[in-house]
Amino acid sequence: MKGNNSDYFLTVVFAMGLNILPLPAAINIANPDWVLLVLIYWNMATPEKLGVFNAWILGLFVDVLTGRLLGLHALVYALISYACLKFHKRLRQYPVAQQSLYVFFFLLFSQMLIFWIERIQSNIEMALSFWLPVLVGTLVWPLVYSALRFIRLSGRA
Amino acid sequence: MNKTRSILSTIVYPVQLLVSWPIEFSEQAYDTVVSYSALKKENRRLKKKQLIDSIKLLKFEALENENIRLRALLENSFKLGEQVLVAEILSVNLVPYEHVVVVNKGSRFGIKEKQPVLDANGIVGQVLRPLLLSSEVMLITDPNHAIPVQVNRNGLRTIAIGSGQLDRLKLPFLPNNADIQPGDLLVTSGLGGTFPQGYPVAVVDHFTAQPNKPFASIFATPKAKLDRIRELLIVWSDSTPVPLVFPEIDEIDDSNEGE
Repeated sequence: MKGNNSDYFLTVVFAMGLNILPLPAAINIANPDWVLLVLIYWNMATPEKLGVFNAWILGLFVDVLTGRLLGLHALVYALISYACLKFHKRLRQYPVAQQSLYVFFFLLFSQMLIFWIERIQSNIEMALSFWLPVLVGTLVWPLVYSALRFIRLSGRA
Repeated sequence: MNKTRSILSTIVYPVQLLVSWPIEFSEQAYDTVVSYSALKKENRRLKKKQLIDSIKLLKFEALENENIRLRALLENSFKLGEQVLVAEILSVNLVPYEHVVVVNKGSRFGIKEKQPVLDANGIVGQVLRPLLLSSEVMLITDPNHAIPVQVNRNGLRTIAIGSGQLDRLKLPFLPNNADIQPGDLLVTSGLGGTFPQGYPVAVVDHFTAQPNKPFASIFATPKAKLDRIRELLIVWSDSTPVPLVFPEIDEIDDSNEGE
């Protein structure tokens, strides 16, 4: 039950594209961190393939892609991946609704870290809408889950 | 650290291109199928505009020369003209709470940090991070951005701060009795050293005195169409003052025409 290497690569690149998709401002404020969702799935489904280190490297790429402080997403992704790997046996058995709850807390934690670090380095006042991606990310998790599951299983053939 | 970022950015640049490609493609497709009569109409309009502009420019050259002469009389230094490079905005969104855009020219073209960026109507922003193939440009409406400006009518100097909305600048440091009113044009004052002097930035559209507070609440609308721009001009302004003696005027004119 393992995915192909190209599966990992393509899904992550696709998620990166979704992260920087030029959406209208009203939708864009709620655009969740797709790369993190994909990362959570792969770490849960195939824990021996992607690890904390790969997540860290991926985070660096996302930092450059979105113009953040170098290492911000790297730190977040590494920590979340670690938690995912820790919980992966439990997470895999849960129904999707219960997984969503975990995903909600993962996303909330990641957004909080980003919030703190961003507040240190700039004086932007974050609106309440800063937390919207957490909610939307939780809501789209079942979609991400079934899509990636389909890719993983069909990739095996 | 910047080098690391440059190298990493080269690797993810294809992702950015890939994301912005469909939008650019659809615009190009629109350009291809736009009707003959519309093209003709636009052509006529542009020709008219070009005529008017070139007439204005004729006067401008005379005025510039006069300005140089007058400054020489005052034994003042004169700033060299600017070189520009046209860059295109990639259709990607970075983060919603910042106003930073990605353009398709990077340090490969000699772009440096803090270079001013303009469009045809006014100041757009400044280069935040030059990467190898692309660079990030911070718009003047970013909440972290401040630009030294001056009221064109009376020379009153202040600082305009980004509001986080694409059509709004704040001027939070003017007292209630300041001589400023809606309709005033704000131009760069050149004080910070980043932006060259005298470029239009914004028009004041809202002035409310706040008697219970030390400063008035003033808002301005940027001249540049920040929500619509596709192409930007990245400017090299040579800020080293040139001591002026008359024979040098010709040389300066030559270098003005570069690019």
